Amino acid sequence: MPWDLLNDRPIYTQLLEQIKRRIVSGEYQAGERLPSVREYAAEAGVNPNTMQRALAELERDGLVRAERTTGRFITEDEKLIQKLREELAKEQIEIFIQAMQALGYSRTDSLELVASCCQKGE
Amino acid sequence: MEERILLETKGLTKLYKNKVALDQVDLSVTAGKIIGLLGSNGSGKTTLIKLLNGLLTPTAGEAKILGQPISAETKKHVAYLPERTYLKNNMKVESMIRLFEDFYEDFNKERAYEMLKHLNINPKDCFKTMSKGTREKVQLILVMSRDADLYLLDEPIGGVDPAGRDYILNMIVSNYNPEATIILSTHLISDIENYLDEVIFIRDGRIILQKTVEEIREEEGKSVDGLFREVYRC
Repeated sequence: MPWDLLNDRPIYTQLLEQIKRRIVSGEYQAGERLPSVREYAAEAGVNPNTMQRALAELERDGLVRAERTTGRFITEDEKLIQKLREELAKEQIEIFIQAMQALGYSRTDSLELVASCCQKGE
Repeated sequence: MEERILLETKGLTKLYKNKVALDQVDLSVTAGKIIGLLGSNGSGKTTLIKLLNGLLTPTAGEAKILGQPISAETKKHVAYLPERTYLKNNMKVESMIRLFEDFYEDFNKERAYEMLKHLNINPKDCFKTMSKGTREKVQLILVMSRDADLYLLDEPIGGVDPAGRDYILNMIVSNYNPEATIILSTHLISDIENYLDEVIFIRDGRIILQKTVEEIREEEGKSVDGLFREVYRC
């Protein structure tokens, strides 16, 4: 997945979101080693201090683990990754519900429509 | 993180005859930052850079680098890329590297050759046979191969094509000493803003804004490029 940074929001929050998505999607495996801050910043085309800030927040959340000499690793805590997946899914659902409300659908109407669309899809 | 002051100016002013090029500039810049010096043509960017580099003397006010007034001593800590070249057309790249090696104690020859290799530039090539973009790359490599505390880059990537720009910016980001600060003037804001910590907006010789890129995005909900276009609208 390429880095896709928009103009209207802080860069570090976007880095944070995109790294989280890569963890959840399995693009980054549990326990995988991340590049150094500089390599990673160069890959994303961002300032190293900004990348550092995003990684520090991931460390605080426990999603990334820093080893003093060997670098940073994605967590091996599958429960934590599952929890993150659910959080991201809920965010998407909330965005969807709001978009549906803008089209005039109540939450119940949206749910019915989703159910019928899913059935047709199967 | 410790914020060490690298550069400080107080009331820095430069007059050319009757024209005010720089008007009482108070600036404070910390170590370990990549800073964009942004302004329209004739706003005072080059004058400020030349004052910090000791190529011009101020009409009033002062500038200090690492606590010292601008002097031969501070120049040792400053690597400067001028807007126009001072290198001779008939020189080969390898001779330029020797020249820099003789001239600057802090010049890192291995780094220079490595960067040339990365950009597919032959050290045996002569400056005059190169395109404008390649010449710019060579000059930037020479400057970035010094282990300086402050890099002053005046319009470093103007002649380089967009793909080459990304490559060069990445090269700068991954090569420079994290304790050093880079100040680069440019009008190609959208190409570089993701690489910057801070921006300084300069207009009519005055500093009108100094903020981090993230502050601008958070507070204004727009990019530095967007804000610049608004502030400098003709």
